[in-house]
Amino acid sequence: MTDTPVLSVRDLVVEIPTRHGVLRPVDNVSYDIHAGEILGVVGESGAGKSMTGNAVIGLLDRPARIVSGEILLSGQPIQGLKRDAIRKLRGKKMGMIFQDPLTSLNPLLTVGDQLTETILEHLKVGQTEARKRAIAALEEVGIPAAAQRINSYPHEFSGGMRQRVVIALALCAEPDLVIADEPTTALDVSVQAQIVALLKRLCRERGVAVMLVTHDMGVIAEAADRVAVMYAGRLAELGPVREVLTQARHPYTAGLMASTPLASQGRKRLRQIPGSMPRLGALPTGCAFHPRCEFAQDKCRQEPGPTLDRCDGRAACWFPLTAKQEVSA
Amino acid sequence: MSDTPAPAPQSRLRRAWNSDFAWSFRHAPVAIISSFVVLVLILAAVLAPLIAPHDPFNPATLNLMNGFTPPGQANAFTGDTFLLGTDDQGRDVFSTILYGMRISLFVGFAAVMLAMVIGVTLGLLAGYLGGWVESIIMRVADVQLTFPAILVAMLIFGIAKGITPPEYRDQMAIWVLILAIGLSDWVQFARVVRGATLVEKSKEYVQAARLIGRSPFAIMLRHILPNVLNPVLVIATISLALAIIAEATLSFLGVGAPPTKPSLGTLIRIGQEFMFSGEWWILFFPALALLALALSINLLGDWLRDALNPRLR
Amino acid sequence: MLAYIIRRVAQSILVLFVVGLVAFSMFRFVGDPIDNMLGQERTQADIERLREQLGLDQPFVVQYWRFLEQAVQGNFGLSYRQGRPVSEILIERLPATLELAFVSGLMALAGGIALGIFTAIRRRGLSANIIMTASLIGVSLPTFLIGILLIYLFSVELGWLPSFGRGEVTDLGWWTTGFLTESGLKALILPAITLGLYQMTLIMRLVRTEMLEVLRMDYIRFARARGIRERAINFRHALKNTLVPVITITGLQLGSIIAFAIITETVFQWPGVGLLFINAIQFVDIPVMAAYLMLISVMFVGINLIVDMLYFAIDPRLRADRTQGGH
Repeated sequence: MTDTPVLSVRDLVVEIPTRHGVLRPVDNVSYDIHAGEILGVVGESGAGKSMTGNAVIGLLDRPARIVSGEILLSGQPIQGLKRDAIRKLRGKKMGMIFQDPLTSLNPLLTVGDQLTETILEHLKVGQTEARKRAIAALEEVGIPAAAQRINSYPHEFSGGMRQRVVIALALCAEPDLVIADEPTTALDVSVQAQIVALLKRLCRERGVAVMLVTHDMGVIAEAADRVAVMYAGRLAELGPVREVLTQARHPYTAGLMASTPLASQGRKRLRQIPGSMPRLGALPTGCAFHPRCEFAQDKCRQEPGPTLDRCDGRAACWFPLTAKQEVSA
Repeated sequence: MSDTPAPAPQSRLRRAWNSDFAWSFRHAPVAIISSFVVLVLILAAVLAPLIAPHDPFNPATLNLMNGFTPPGQANAFTGDTFLLGTDDQGRDVFSTILYGMRISLFVGFAAVMLAMVIGVTLGLLAGYLGGWVESIIMRVADVQLTFPAILVAMLIFGIAKGITPPEYRDQMAIWVLILAIGLSDWVQFARVVRGATLVEKSKEYVQAARLIGRSPFAIMLRHILPNVLNPVLVIATISLALAIIAEATLSFLGVGAPPTKPSLGTLIRIGQEFMFSGEWWILFFPALALLALALSINLLGDWLRDALNPRLR
Repeated sequence: MLAYIIRRVAQSILVLFVVGLVAFSMFRFVGDPIDNMLGQERTQADIERLREQLGLDQPFVVQYWRFLEQAVQGNFGLSYRQGRPVSEILIERLPATLELAFVSGLMALAGGIALGIFTAIRRRGLSANIIMTASLIGVSLPTFLIGILLIYLFSVELGWLPSFGRGEVTDLGWWTTGFLTESGLKALILPAITLGLYQMTLIMRLVRTEMLEVLRMDYIRFARARGIRERAINFRHALKNTLVPVITITGLQLGSIIAFAIITETVFQWPGVGLLFINAIQFVDIPVMAAYLMLISVMFVGINLIVDMLYFAIDPRLRADRTQGGH
């Protein structure tokens, strides 16, 4: 592709200083997202997925902070910008969708208030035009009778409808990038598919770049174009979704796939990865995954795992799986 | 199960020193200073008969000629000097403060103990038994909470005063004060303990204890009570500061400790009369002592609340 | 919503009944009313006559009911000490207390909310930390000490403001006010600060805690993620949500101002109902104590009701037709 990616993350490191030492929830992470593309980011909780998203949009909670690396938005670095300049980018250039639609909306303001407020903040339009756009935004995400519902308070919507409102809010100032942080986790299973489909449609129609953070492999399989697998703050594997899903190269991804029920996989027996992800304060030496990896060798125990650009560009593993290798029972 | 090697065996003392609680204490200068001040004041009050240079309530040792001696200066008639001066009757202010603090602290501690016993008992009963017991206890608590504690205490004091025969009133005043402040302050304890009991009751270990046929009282005492002690301790500390202030306020208003057994509040009430005539020390030092006491206990309670349970409100 | 209001009103009436019972029991059991009303020279016949007259020979419930009847009409009998109808004394004294409570309540509310917001937004700022530390001292400082300190500074040392009384008051027939004369306003300053300061610190700390809690909410993060400016986040999104819980507790705080006025009125010899009450306790003047108790309960219960109604005005979730719990 010749065009510059909408989002470029280069060697991003986020650290949290604590009483017991410095933690690194995000460690040397690099990836691009292009216009109209959905990048899925998966991993167990605590793997650094959400932290990466928060770092990109500039909403890291203290004391977490970016210590090195670059974040480029349409080629422009955003570090070093004044706080107010970054604020203006939020909403206008990049939007964010949170996990729980119940708590993401201000209960004391109508949906219309929250929409027009955002539109007026970022677009040079008047009050009436903003309201018109707000109604259009609600219609676009599939809220019936949007012109009337715009005066409703959040509690008057169902969970799925609220998440649609949240999406409308994230997209109403027409950003180029949307970070969706577990957008379906808090929803009923029946609604999840609708929301995923809606995100996918909006991405394709508007050419928005989407960073879809989730721990649900099903959602990834359905929506993402490419997928980034994170483990203990690092990228374990990054590649086109079909290849990663069918031919995992990193043993962790393989284990993750083997433990996920996917309709396309047929009736294989589910397996689990032994042990659990180490806490950030107690990372093992060598590759963070080696204690749970059945292929681990001495090198894995002694040397930290390679970063993606130092190996084949797809799996951050000293001994990536080949097509023949299968995760045995 | 983690693979980290087991920590080297430590003495009990070392473990206590390294616990989170001790860690946050060592890193909170405010807590260290205020607990030091509290300790010094309590010691001074307890040891008052030993430390106090004079016995302010023994008429035989008083010399009216010593009245209104400014702090640190020699009296014009007798040549005696007093660290913090004397009041109108020639009583040593430093000694009256020590004895006054004794009464203030005694009333404060006793009132909080009373409130705690009532509140914890009713809270446990309400939370564990539920039903109409809970309804009645919590209704009463709600009604009482509608009124500020100090007003309830005044009212109880007034009623008790009405019931006691006039000749016993001065003698009984201290006990009436304890009763009044204690009864006005139990609601906080009851509410928190009830809440915590409801939580603990539903936990498995309590269910198990019930299944094996432990009596409700044994369960409440052995299993639930230890688990509600942290919030109770926090409330008790804050209540102690409030009780001391309440006692001082009542005594200041003339509905508390009598002049024959003055607490810090009574001393301030007496001292106020001399504010306009320039004998500032009679008012200033008791007020300072009260402030130091209330402030340091409050600061300690504030820190304790954060250290033991940041979410407690 | 109607059902909710009715339930709240019923609850309030219940509280008043209970307080009435306490007040009545004081009349009936604390000291002997006969003793209190008749002098030393009395005959058995006098006692019997008065007993009948007062209805003391009737069953308890009947007596209680009659007491309530009388109380509703504002009749609490004669003050033991002054020999005048209690209601008359109360009405005479009430304006002084209400004016004082109103001014200090306003001060506490305005100052407390403003400082609470400030310290929450500038959580790590130096001035916010200084204010927070000062507020802890404020909470530990008993009201009467604040009063004495102010008197010492502004009356004794500087001689700017009067140390006691209400100054010159204007009689409007049914109300006496100190708002209209210079000396009346001057006399109001110190007592109002004394009474308001403690409440202000409490309201400030409450607003700060609530606001910090709200600022951690997802919808605030989401508003930030949409690039809403800080000012709008603080004042449009956070403040409104902060005020919902604050209103209840603040309402109750303002109610307690009337009770705390007792202390301030004693320090400044302010001729209000609080000073009256304290004197009544000192002299065991039961009718005045009972009447004051009833009066203040009506006020508290009234304030509680208003606060509950305010809830509906602010929170749309409660305005929805499904009735929710009253908390």
